[in-house]
Amino acid sequence: MVEAQQDFIQERETKIIKGNEAAAYAAKSARVQVISAYPITPQTTVVEKLSEFADNGEMPGTQYIKMESEHSVFAAVIGASKAGTRTFTATSGQGIFYAHEMIHWAAGARLPIVVAIASRGPAPPWNIWADFTDVLSQRDTGWMSSFCASHQEIYDEILMSYKVCEDHEILLPKFVAYGGFILSHTSKPVIIEDQDLVDKYLPSLPSEEGWPHIWMDPKRPMMFGNLIMPSGFYYEFRMKIHDAFIQAKEKIKNATKEFENIFGRHYGNGLIQEYRMDDAKVGVLIYGDLALQMEQAVDDVREEGYKVGMIKLRHFRPFPVEDIINSMKKVEIIGVIDRATAFGSQTGGPVSGEVKSALHEINGAPKVLSIINGLGGREVSLEQQKNQLKMLVKFKETGELPKDMIHGTLWDGLLEVE
Amino acid sequence: MVKLKEVLESCQEEYFLPGNSCCAGCGLEIALRWAMKALGHNTALVTPASCLNVVIGLWPKTAPNFPFTNMAFAAAAAAATGMEAAFKAKAHRFPNRGWDEITALVFAGDGGTADIGIQGLSGAAERNSNIIYVCYDNEAYMNTGIQRSSSTPHGAITTTTTKGKERYKKNLPGILAAHEIPYVATCSISEPLDLYDKFKKAKSIKGCKYIHILAPCPPGWGYQSEESIEVARLAVKTGTWILYEVENGIMTLSKKSKSLLDPSKRAPLIDYLSKQKRFSQISEKDLIELQEIIDHNWERINVELSCQEQYLK
Repeated sequence: MVEAQQDFIQERETKIIKGNEAAAYAAKSARVQVISAYPITPQTTVVEKLSEFADNGEMPGTQYIKMESEHSVFAAVIGASKAGTRTFTATSGQGIFYAHEMIHWAAGARLPIVVAIASRGPAPPWNIWADFTDVLSQRDTGWMSSFCASHQEIYDEILMSYKVCEDHEILLPKFVAYGGFILSHTSKPVIIEDQDLVDKYLPSLPSEEGWPHIWMDPKRPMMFGNLIMPSGFYYEFRMKIHDAFIQAKEKIKNATKEFENIFGRHYGNGLIQEYRMDDAKVGVLIYGDLALQMEQAVDDVREEGYKVGMIKLRHFRPFPVEDIINSMKKVEIIGVIDRATAFGSQTGGPVSGEVKSALHEINGAPKVLSIINGLGGREVSLEQQKNQLKMLVKFKETGELPKDMIHGTLWDGLLEVE
Repeated sequence: MVKLKEVLESCQEEYFLPGNSCCAGCGLEIALRWAMKALGHNTALVTPASCLNVVIGLWPKTAPNFPFTNMAFAAAAAAATGMEAAFKAKAHRFPNRGWDEITALVFAGDGGTADIGIQGLSGAAERNSNIIYVCYDNEAYMNTGIQRSSSTPHGAITTTTTKGKERYKKNLPGILAAHEIPYVATCSISEPLDLYDKFKKAKSIKGCKYIHILAPCPPGWGYQSEESIEVARLAVKTGTWILYEVENGIMTLSKKSKSLLDPSKRAPLIDYLSKQKRFSQISEKDLIELQEIIDHNWERINVELSCQEQYLK
């Protein structure tokens, strides 16, 4: 153990680091006070990097608890957050599923916990590669959730998340998800911001009193979470959670704008980010790391003379209904690309189903084509994405759809099975 | 041991207030009242799903007069660990304000401890989290309607062991002692001064402390509510429930159990069993078996104490 510094020290610096390390740096930049963690592939290097920070005395005062399971990880950050501290953890796939009970608990208690998710496919069969079913399956838990398309965005999005989550009108927990291995284990240059600037951007750490609605303080003894009868306020508390989600949309937009003003990096309006949509006739809505490659696909297909565009979905919860409607009205055909499953739903993909529901009864709404690809980390090549765009163009021009659609959804990139 | 007069003088204050919805004669209520008398107001409590969840009062009423949070069934030890970490973090940010002097306390039932909560508890013990974890043991899932737990004794009837439980009571204090935490103790609600002393001691020790309290349950065990203390006392007198401490690995029998190392000093087991309906169908064979378990437990303690003596020499 090295002697601890007096304070968090960080000058603006570009580092070539893994996506997971970007998450760890973000937690450090946010001066998180309590971290609890349990290793799971492909999240492990987040907790390793944080251990390095803690052991080197680079996070003075921060408590780092190495737990024995994800259920306990979430219980620990819940306990720590209740007592009025800024908390952080990271997990993935099975870890989320194991902690599901506590994930509900954190939202019910309105705790602004931020959790990085290196997404991976659910087992069985065992899978550790990019697939957003893990975080999307937490849809109704009361957690906000967002996706990152780049290493830099992981760092930036975690900072922006604390700003929104800790807003006293919001007070909700949030997942920040990025594709396992594709972003978690590859290295890219990431700007780590100056500590003073981050301090200026983020709300100050919770006061000695803690959060306005929950605390653990012998000077102010209070009971939290006891049984409430159906005639009590349970129902109203639940309504309030939904209300906070709707309010969060504006807060996310503001936090993104302010982030851009201070740090100079642009993420659309925070909820969605358009790419060459203004004159597009055909578009796709996509999320996570595949959105980055899709920008290239859009450029390439445009070179061939087709006016295509892309909407990057940044937030899944709150779901940006209005922004999606406004953006999609620009095109006649929209492909919604899921790297996740919602078995037995209208489309089989969690986001495409949401989009269809958002566009229902909207005049001038485009036709939606549901596409699923890349499950369990299956490679999605640039060529494949270009073909997806061209398929949509063809659909617009000729009304012709691929012959191998399955129940109305294109499961793109399936292996041939005899 | 502390004198009753002393306790009554210095601990007038009640922390678990009247108006709570405990059954008459509830062992848990006595356990929590006396534990809190020893720990005082500078205590923050986490309780998982258990009777305690309910008897504290329905929202917005509340009987505990100290910080209290409800927690999911398997999550109490971990949540207390996180809470204690937050107190440390706050002590760093707001020094000399007493944040690091708060006792993080868990009060869980035997199901929440021996069954669903054992992983979290084992994790906290291995990490030596600075918490006091209390299991109030009423030997079944009483809150949900008297179903068997791994802490239910052999032969006891529950709603899920209608002919009496076949398996034996899990030795939780033994499991915790095997984690080599600084302090493990067993208590009975019939010995409040012993309990008081043990909580005082636990409060003074850094690291993970585990206290297991036998807390009889009138409806669950099937006896009249005014007999709770008597039933708990018989559990001790018959040697069924052994009072001891393990401090830094060294076991000491507590006063009421010390003399019972000599089997002839133990009250007949039937005195304890015959008070309770849950043992009403017990067979001759089971009775012998239960006696053998008790004798075996004592033999093990005897061996442990002799080994200890040798070692300490």
